[in-house]
Amino acid sequence: MQVNFEAFTPFSALAGGVLIGLAAAAFVLLLGRIAGISGMLGGLIERAADWPLRLAFVLGLIAAPALYALLAGGLAVPEVSASPLTLVVAGLLVGVGTRYASGCTSGHGVCGLSRLSPRSLVATLTFMAAGFATVFVVRHLLG
Amino acid sequence: MTIRKLFTSFAVGLVFGVGLIVSGMSNPAKVLGFLDIAGRWDPSLALVMAGAIGVGLVAFRVAGQRPRALLGDAMQLPTSREITPRLIGGSLLFGVGWGLAGICPGPALVLLGMGVPQGVLFVAAMLAGMALFTFLERGKR
Repeated sequence: MQVNFEAFTPFSALAGGVLIGLAAAAFVLLLGRIAGISGMLGGLIERAADWPLRLAFVLGLIAAPALYALLAGGLAVPEVSASPLTLVVAGLLVGVGTRYASGCTSGHGVCGLSRLSPRSLVATLTFMAAGFATVFVVRHLLG
Repeated sequence: MTIRKLFTSFAVGLVFGVGLIVSGMSNPAKVLGFLDIAGRWDPSLALVMAGAIGVGLVAFRVAGQRPRALLGDAMQLPTSREITPRLIGGSLLFGVGWGLAGICPGPALVLLGMGVPQGVLFVAAMLAGMALFTFLERGKR
């Protein structure tokens, strides 16, 4: 294994992680809920009774770049290299997969691991392994 | 649903999203750099998880001891402990999609908010995938 030290951003990664953790903490302590994005969206699609609360959270996420740009005095918009076909296939897989798994990186990865949930540990190890394997196939076997 | 709860939810979404941007999670190239362990590996996202879980461990420990949340709602924490084929199968599909584009649900919404066209396309496909789940599973429940 070769570490890319030029790309490694330990301080911003840790600081951003703490912010994500604080948001998840505030959500459970104030509202008693898991800050899981796929579950939040799934409940919106299924018109759950608490849909306004879910929509408010989703709108907060969508508005976050504007707040960041305001605070930081600008925003570097990332380049997305994936083709439209890849994005559609990936999006479908992420949508179906997270609903069957009852969670994604936030619900299982952050909240579930914080709760020491065995289900979330299995889910997180599984999607991480699938992610590692997919990038290996795409970049090193096909690429 | 009080205005106070709605505003709280919106504010928490904002902080969560800013955390995704600061951490680099909303940059698909950085996510793919983390998932590429056989290439030149960028370990940053391991620290994102460490930071988030470090705070989360304390918060969920406190939350688990309270019957109600501070704004009055009952604690709605998952109770299922079963490791099911759908948990594993779903996580596999999700992981493949994540590895293809480097985008998971939270960052997808942040990219949408940045007005990135690829983010819009990804979110549309992701919502279609979620609707497909609802369509396939609706009859069973």
